[in-house]
Amino acid sequence: MDGYIIATVIKAILVLAVISALAGFGTYLERKVLAFMQRRLGPMHVGPYGLLQLVADGIKLFTKEDFIPNNANRLIFMIAPVITAATAFIALAAVPMLPEFELFGITVRPIVSDLNIGILFVLGMMAAGLYGPLLAGVAQHNKWGLLGAARTAVQFLSYEVVTGLSILAPIMIVGSLSLIDFNNYQAGGIGEWLIWKQPLAFILFLIAGFAETNRTPFDLLEHEAEVVSGYATEYSGMRWGMFFIGEYANMITIGFLASLVFFGGFNDWGFIPGGLAILLKVSFFFFLMLWVRASWPHIRPDQLMWLCWKVLMPLAVINVTVTGFVMMF
Amino acid sequence: MSLEQFKDRNVGTQNYTMLDLGESPKTGWGKFKQVAKRSVKLELFTGLKVTFREMIKALFMGEMHTTKYPFEKLPIAPRYRAIHEMKRLLESGHYRCIGCGLCEKICIADCIRMDTRYDENQRKEVSEYTINFGRCIFCGYCAEVCPELAIVHGGRYENASEQRASFALFEDMLTPLDQLTQQKEYPGFGAVSPDADKKIKKTPLAY
Repeated sequence: MDGYIIATVIKAILVLAVISALAGFGTYLERKVLAFMQRRLGPMHVGPYGLLQLVADGIKLFTKEDFIPNNANRLIFMIAPVITAATAFIALAAVPMLPEFELFGITVRPIVSDLNIGILFVLGMMAAGLYGPLLAGVAQHNKWGLLGAARTAVQFLSYEVVTGLSILAPIMIVGSLSLIDFNNYQAGGIGEWLIWKQPLAFILFLIAGFAETNRTPFDLLEHEAEVVSGYATEYSGMRWGMFFIGEYANMITIGFLASLVFFGGFNDWGFIPGGLAILLKVSFFFFLMLWVRASWPHIRPDQLMWLCWKVLMPLAVINVTVTGFVMMF
Repeated sequence: MSLEQFKDRNVGTQNYTMLDLGESPKTGWGKFKQVAKRSVKLELFTGLKVTFREMIKALFMGEMHTTKYPFEKLPIAPRYRAIHEMKRLLESGHYRCIGCGLCEKICIADCIRMDTRYDENQRKEVSEYTINFGRCIFCGYCAEVCPELAIVHGGRYENASEQRASFALFEDMLTPLDQLTQQKEYPGFGAVSPDADKKIKKTPLAY
């Protein structure tokens, strides 16, 4: 039992360290990919190919003044970024990152806790993360922040329904909420992947995932051209940084979820070993988010609501119904 | 002549090409059909294709647009008017300025200040020549009026410094003697045009 607790603590610390480092590295990747797609070079001067740019950014964020505006609700203003960052990392607790492997004769399972409600927990935590922008926007005594908070509520209500309904059909097929069961269900190679059985659910989940992580084309919360910086208007320094570490950690989580649920997870993929396979899949989804940001304009809040309620939700319901009938007969 | 054609400010309406966008659907069923058609046609992926193509071009086909500015510079146009240069005579190395004072006279920003005196050969020499770059508007009149092509505009556009005076003295603008062989003629304002020889006509003797 002691060993279990120690192992869990070590895993939790590792997940926190690795994912926050990757989230920082994600900002570098994003700037590079966006730059290449606009035929620019991106960050080049700090370190080789600008690789140390994220260290420089980190130093800048840490040494900036921690500014709290007048008339803001100090307590809520201070804890709101923590909610975003913390829930993003808590969500990763139930996500299996890699296949099991042996280390010093001990079998390591690279998941902090294999909950039997895994996917529900992950989606719930990511949804709870939306309290960060919501509370930040309301607490900061700024009209742009308030607008950002209102948009958070709108977006939250719209896409959460789609996320839940779209993931319901794969859950019905697998018959379990644990992500490891999802992975094991698709163990039989590329033909067993759930994407072939549930293509519509995958598309809906991906669209809802973009909304969940506030990525373009659904970055209504802090779109500079419209609401200055939305919920993050009054934030500076590391509090602002925590919002973005949370956002990038969420992007990684969505990448893991999409790979695990629809793309065979960490099963061996032909000659590619499972650990490498899932990293490749997650990298592809991360790249896809940057790619989409470089390509598409973002949409208005009313268009988001129209899309979610009038198009995606009916499709998701139809998908669930059809899946149910097919499973029954 | 009537003024009608000058008063018609409605410029350019004649040559517009109207895009063939078709009619916007009015009924609910029409709107639904449009949405369904657009979703199935996957027009969104055209955008993704374009950005990916640009990335491939930039990374592997050498079409990156960035100029690393302080390390690389783009050539500027020959007629660009930056900090002035004073030219020398190629044969003797003496400065070309004859101290006529035309540039001082024509300067509309009143920023050129020169003093001249007679030297031992009773030739005019420039004892002091400064341009106040706080006032200079880089209009190019001085280069245009100069009869000797002595003062011209150069290509030094990076003129941020602690002291504007570091650009402004005669010696700073004058071509250094050791670089006399690299002195280039100025093709910009006030210079002789490249086909000047062809344009010269003989003065008739009876004139």
